[in-house]
Amino acid sequence: MHPILKLIAQRVALGLMLLFAASILIFGGTMMLPGDVAQQILGQSATPQSLANLRESLGLNEPAISRYFSWLGGFLQGDLGTALTNGRDIGESISGRLGNTLFLAFWAAVISVPLAIFLGLLAVRYKDRIPDKLISAVTLTTISIPEFMIGYVLIYWISIKLGWFSSVAIINDSMTLGQKLNAIAIPVMVLTLVVLAHMMRMTRAAILNVMQSAYIETAELKGMGMLKIIRKHAFPNAIAPIVNVVMLNLAYLVVGVVVVEVVFAYPGMGQYLVDHVAKRDVPVVQACGLIFAAVYIGLNLIADIVSILANPRLRHPK
Amino acid sequence: MSEAPSDTPLLKVRGLKIGATVYPTGERPRPIEIVHGIDFDLAPGKVLGLIGESGAGKSTIGLAAMAYGRGGVEITGGEVTVNGRDILKSGLRDVRKLRGGEVTYVSQSAAASFNPAKRIMEQVTEAAIFQNKFSKKEAEERAVDLFRKLGLPDPENIGSRYPHQVSGGQLQRCMTALALCPQPDLVVFDEPTTALDVTTQIDVLAAIKEAIRDTGVAALYITHDLAVVAQVSDHIMVLQQGTMVEYGTTDQIINDPQEEYTQALVSVRSIKHIEKEPTDTPLLRVENITARYRGTDFDVLKGINVELHPGQTLAIVGESGSGKSTLARVITGLLPPSDGTITFDGRTLSPDLSTRSLEDLRELQMIYQMADTAMNPRQTVGTIIGRPLEFYFGLRGKAKQTRIQELLDEIELGEGFQDRYPAELSGGQKQRVCIARALAAKPKLIICDEVTSALDPLVADGILKLLLKLQKIEDVSFLFITHDLATVKAIADSIAVMFQGEVVRYGPKSQVLSPPFDAYTDLLLSSVPEMKIGWLEEVIEHRRMESAGN
Repeated sequence: MHPILKLIAQRVALGLMLLFAASILIFGGTMMLPGDVAQQILGQSATPQSLANLRESLGLNEPAISRYFSWLGGFLQGDLGTALTNGRDIGESISGRLGNTLFLAFWAAVISVPLAIFLGLLAVRYKDRIPDKLISAVTLTTISIPEFMIGYVLIYWISIKLGWFSSVAIINDSMTLGQKLNAIAIPVMVLTLVVLAHMMRMTRAAILNVMQSAYIETAELKGMGMLKIIRKHAFPNAIAPIVNVVMLNLAYLVVGVVVVEVVFAYPGMGQYLVDHVAKRDVPVVQACGLIFAAVYIGLNLIADIVSILANPRLRHPK
Repeated sequence: MSEAPSDTPLLKVRGLKIGATVYPTGERPRPIEIVHGIDFDLAPGKVLGLIGESGAGKSTIGLAAMAYGRGGVEITGGEVTVNGRDILKSGLRDVRKLRGGEVTYVSQSAAASFNPAKRIMEQVTEAAIFQNKFSKKEAEERAVDLFRKLGLPDPENIGSRYPHQVSGGQLQRCMTALALCPQPDLVVFDEPTTALDVTTQIDVLAAIKEAIRDTGVAALYITHDLAVVAQVSDHIMVLQQGTMVEYGTTDQIINDPQEEYTQALVSVRSIKHIEKEPTDTPLLRVENITARYRGTDFDVLKGINVELHPGQTLAIVGESGSGKSTLARVITGLLPPSDGTITFDGRTLSPDLSTRSLEDLRELQMIYQMADTAMNPRQTVGTIIGRPLEFYFGLRGKAKQTRIQELLDEIELGEGFQDRYPAELSGGQKQRVCIARALAAKPKLIICDEVTSALDPLVADGILKLLLKLQKIEDVSFLFITHDLATVKAIADSIAVMFQGEVVRYGPKSQVLSPPFDAYTDLLLSSVPEMKIGWLEEVIEHRRMESAGN
């Protein structure tokens, strides 16, 4: 077997183990909360007899380990359980909302990733000169302002003053793509401003690090221009760290958008999670937690695999 | 001090001045001049050797022929004319056409100068295609042709490999192909064989020489090794601290040097050391040592047997990967061997460092190749040398100060060095401080691991002389690890030649260095460049005859 396949298989196996560990933490963590599900359903006025009955029917008297495995087993078969608050199937409620969150994250990524890498390259090209300092100053400013603040400022200027886009980002299936994009325009801008600085700074640092190498001097002595050297000789060697930071930020776009979704009343996973945490709906919290963990681990796994594939020593062993 | 006579010089340098900015600690950055007005001409197809020690400005002058300053280096004055154009007055666009087109560059470390993420062929042909000198197909044909000329294996396909897939010597040849591919008028060779093993160096040197002759290209050949430059150049310019010391034909510089500094360079490594007779009781006895690194199943040392007598020097010679530094690690206890014993001063040493007595540790000291990294940059010389005095002998206060000064006198540094920091010392001075630190423990044995390899020839000579003097005074033994046979001849009493983890030849110096030789020792000895014009051809011819005879 090619050694690279072995390495990748190892990474995937590690990722699965990590996910398994995360599921134990999530389940164990929610178990530790005071009170149990029966108590939460019946509330303060429950009689001991009704509590015992409900526990029996929900299977809460089973040992924790067997409940954990039946929960995990259900998850693997696509059964995410039932929400306590409204009795609806969690899988059904989540699928639409996860789709919405991914939709928002996708468009934010489509704009922010190329922009961040382009600005990073530009900052390297004009290192320590005005364009570099300007890019750093602006992106660091936007990352320093809380995202809800940016959200409200953009709503005020773009939506209210200029009237370009809607301030509420409610979307539904009957809308066309154009209408949807119009609705999410401002949240996408906010997310882009939030993740831009981190990715751009890392791109700049990774490429500057490579620019110290002797092979960059070789390229200079071939008479190549700076931008061409950065693109052809520096960038291929900086891919691994760049992909790493991009994946971290993509993960943030999926699991960290709670605040933005609430500000814009966007029907995504984040808002769904916040609603049900407030209502102490444990099965929903568990399901969301595990999905977020899976997204996080999955994206970092991709970053690892890209790093392995980007290394010529691993790709083409002696 | 005459200039090269030439009617139509390809490269004309007049009054070249180069400056840099230094950043002294605690002071404002200030500009300094590192090359103070150099003049020379280079005719088409000729080779000029630039020789000098580190800091002489030879690389800087070489890169100036491409209007390039490395790091913060800047060309501050003078003219550099290539093919009749003053390239210092040309715009960036013209300079870019010059670099990689008319003038190309071969660096010291091809391993670092090739982009690890791209195939060799792409990098070799890049400049030729990019500068519109050849089409992609033509450039690739040229490259294959050059690979063949340079004696690379499988010239048709080696270009499709990545840099890490070929050896260091092969990559250095690929770098030469990279420089020759665009059919330049001038190639700047910047120490192209310095990083190679001596047996590899000779092949690369012969390949470079042949390629220069076949393509008729002119070259600036930069090196600190006069014996190497004597093999390839028509003229030689000797540089010292940014100034020209002497300029002449290769024959004149080698056989009739006029300036004192050139004479010193020519006669370097002429230390005569008469070997001592072995005694009855060896100080160190290495018996059947076999060792491997943790987690591997490959023996890096295979049944090593050597002895070292009191007050004598045993040289361990070999190329990179021969296991000579591993042997030092085993003797010091850093790497416990899988088999064999080490007897020191009549007692068996514990294989593991952590279980050795303080006395064992004191009597066995080490000096390293990189004096820079072997000292704490935040400690003064006094603290560095004083530490073993405190640790082993409990010396304090005035007694310690007196002893430190004694040691400084012994290493010929004298007063005023106690309060200096390593960064304020030159390379040779740093190595002297490391020697003093080792001596402070009053050891019976000092392991010297490539202690002169990072130093310039004249400085290295000084260190060797010092070591020989100290051996006489302190009666200390040296285990001298080196890849440099000239050093061995200068200092050793007995020699062990190592090859692939085994001792292939061992005995008193006179015996090891006299025929009949085994094949490897013969190859090693005959590969050491001699300060003689035509030496390279003789060796190559001799080898060709031998292989034809077999």
